Amino acid sequence: MANGNVYGNIAPAVDPVEAIKAAHPAAFRDVVEFRGETTIVVDPAQLRAVMHYFRDTPGLIFNVLSDISAVDYWEPTGYGDRPGRFGVSYHVYSLLYNRRIRVKVYVDEDDPSIPSIITIWPNANWLEREIMDMMGLVFTDHPDPRRLLMPADWQGHPHRRDYPLGYETPQFSFNVEEIMKHKPFAQE
Amino acid sequence: MGVTQKLGNLGVVTTTLETAINWSRTGATWPLLFGLACCAIEYMSTQAGTYDLSRFGMELNRASPRQADLMIVAGRVTRKMAPVVRQLYDQMSNPKWVISMGDCASCGGVYNNYAVVQGVDEIIPVDVYVAGCPPRPEQLMHGILTLHEKIRGERIVEWA
Repeated sequence: MANGNVYGNIAPAVDPVEAIKAAHPAAFRDVVEFRGETTIVVDPAQLRAVMHYFRDTPGLIFNVLSDISAVDYWEPTGYGDRPGRFGVSYHVYSLLYNRRIRVKVYVDEDDPSIPSIITIWPNANWLEREIMDMMGLVFTDHPDPRRLLMPADWQGHPHRRDYPLGYETPQFSFNVEEIMKHKPFAQE
Repeated sequence: MGVTQKLGNLGVVTTTLETAINWSRTGATWPLLFGLACCAIEYMSTQAGTYDLSRFGMELNRASPRQADLMIVAGRVTRKMAPVVRQLYDQMSNPKWVISMGDCASCGGVYNNYAVVQGVDEIIPVDVYVAGCPPRPEQLMHGILTLHEKIRGERIVEWA
């Protein structure tokens, strides 16, 4: 414990934005700082290399995958100046340096495929399955690409913004006859 | 010593077979032990000491559908759960009854969306609907007593 740290000699913390710019300049797309949170946008094709770099490089060591979340930016007017319809955020955390970053990729609906990062963080398995199920994105090389939440024979992906909500007209006394005409009742 | 002497001075009660069978069925309507959502909490407190369902011979929740007479669907039924509920109902032996407990099981309730079945009567036949979100134990007990009335009105000719 030469420097008085309980971990012994650890590398000093490195700025993740500058590090990824220097190490993977082709993968780097954009960086967004908002309320003290850093979001690094990268090329989805090189996601695995970027994630490996963030996890294993001394000074970064983002060793925990907290969550994966996906957003559908579809609107009737298009999805603005974003490079794709879907955004997928990887929230990673460094236990060693106690800090978080968010790595984000954009994919379009024509080819919504992202490399799976299960070999880097095994807990990505169900997180990716949930996004596959609810958002309809494809994680290539996923070992178990089944639906996680919806029934196996479900059609469509409910978290897409163009998915119908399945609303049924509530039954009141003034429209009960109209509804009872086509309500399916189970038999014995 | 004749039979009358052995029995003592009990007297004789005459009744119909229907009444006797229906009486025995209302006396021990064992519910299936399962709950789907928050209505199951009210169902549990109905079972517990304050409200005490054992007054109606219902203190025994059978965990196996083969031994249960009554299915109390307590909670919203999702479309993923629907085949399971239907299978449990099919596994129950006759005679069997169903109480749809609460708004969600009866008509979908606040869950008017793609994931929830809009009324459990779409997948299994329901005898008694209990309104409420969730229903109080008194309401569930009223539903159970309503079911007892229905059972007492059953006829042998309709059993088939």
